[in-house]
Amino acid sequence: MAEEIKAGCARPTGGPVGEPAAALSEPKSSVQEEEKKAMIKVGSKAPDFTAPAYHQGKFTNVKLSDYLGKWVVLCFYPGDFTFV
Amino acid sequence: MGAQILSVSVDSHFVHKMWNDNELSKMVKGGIPFPMLSDGGGKVGTVYGVYDSDAGVENRGRFLIDPDGVIVGFEVLTPPVGRNVSETIRQIQAFQLVRASKGTEATPSGWKPGKKTLKPGPDLVGKVWEVWKTSEAFD
Repeated sequence: MAEEIKAGCARPTGGPVGEPAAALSEPKSSVQEEEKKAMIKVGSKAPDFTAPAYHQGKFTNVKLSDYLGKWVVLCFYPGDFTFV
Repeated sequence: MGAQILSVSVDSHFVHKMWNDNELSKMVKGGIPFPMLSDGGGKVGTVYGVYDSDAGVENRGRFLIDPDGVIVGFEVLTPPVGRNVSETIRQIQAFQLVRASKGTEATPSGWKPGKKTLKPGPDLVGKVWEVWKTSEAFD
């Protein structure tokens, strides 16, 4: 699934999972930026992204759309070595 | 259940390794079994509406995504309060049941595995009170 790679940066692909990221190449206005922030809606496709990861002793690159076909629980949290 | 967990914070994957090796592996035998993603700068968190740019960290956002890539539910908490993992598991079980029934069944408030589901249709209109009691919303 996720191949082992050198360190990269996390970035949204600019499109929902399973669809091409066509909108990203167009020039962005502030209105479009606002729309981007409002992409999260239940019943809509999740925004796709890639991100470097640590997984069981290896550094990998994870792409959300690689998990199409599975249920995914995507959990954000404030920080490593914090308390809760 | 077969769900894939992905965790995300602004920490680098190098720090994720140190946290796993030095602390989390003492809580979870064998270490964290799922990928720990790095979102330096909060670009991904911003798109998901959970990145706090003033604090420079992500809030506790949890997104449930179905096999088609559709977000079926989410919850976002500010940092000091932790989540209820049992509730996330219950929601996955409920969504999996509904999906397997191809929408012919729905899970009422307080449903958990073993409790009755509802079968929406003309026969059930105005009759929910006969088949489902409010006490069933609670454990």
